[in-house]
Amino acid sequence: MIPIENFLVLSAILFSLGMYGVLARRSAILIIMSVELMLQAVSINFIAFAVFLYPDQFRGLIFAIFVITIAAAEVGLALAIVLRLFRNRATANVDEVDILKW
Amino acid sequence: MTYEEGIFYVVAVVTVAGALGVVLARSVVHAALFLILALLSVAAVFILLSAEFLAIVQVLIYGGAVTILVLFAMMLTRVRDLPQPSDGAQRPFAALAAGAFLGISVLAAVATDWPGETEKITVVTLNELGEALFRTWAIPFEIASLVLLVALIGGIILARSEEGE
Repeated sequence: MIPIENFLVLSAILFSLGMYGVLARRSAILIIMSVELMLQAVSINFIAFAVFLYPDQFRGLIFAIFVITIAAAEVGLALAIVLRLFRNRATANVDEVDILKW
Repeated sequence: MTYEEGIFYVVAVVTVAGALGVVLARSVVHAALFLILALLSVAAVFILLSAEFLAIVQVLIYGGAVTILVLFAMMLTRVRDLPQPSDGAQRPFAALAAGAFLGISVLAAVATDWPGETEKITVVTLNELGEALFRTWAIPFEIASLVLLVALIGGIILARSEEGE
């Protein structure tokens, strides 16, 4: 069988790649896609802990379902904001959106 | 190495390759296609964890809805026609931060002495999952549907065209 460490390391790699994407990318849509990667990593971790360590409670599985639900809501809202941003400022580059900066 | 581990490594390599494509691809459309690859192979990881229901949900919601939404947003904002912002300046810092995080979490995952059986997967049946979701977790479930409703209305109000203003 596959030991739990394999899944945890895979999830850590996915999360780090998403983190790199969020920090390095400048297009808002690419940042949202990197956030999705990070959420996926979290889901893998939740499910791995649920099925390996606490199979009688399986809270991790329930949490993974909620993670997916919230991610769907988040992506819909975030893309609506990007659309609005593009309509008002004609850009999807987060560096150019600095109205709040003095 | 058992055949299960072999399958796991294949799936893991595909997942990481897809994720690398998402964060490194120059074209936004290519990044979105790599994202589909990564999300579908994460569904395969869920199957390896014997969470079939979540794998199906993953394919339906992520492979279907979320990627379509991202592609639609790309078409509507015409990001392809704009000059792509080059992400140069922050790259070394981002790689350093992500690498440090990776090192720490891999170390933590390997060094920790996990309680219980860390080699054996206990399958949770769909019946048990449904019972738990609609009995123990009924209130969070309803709140999640409220969150979805709010996100739906918010998305419509944010994205509609402003004739009335």
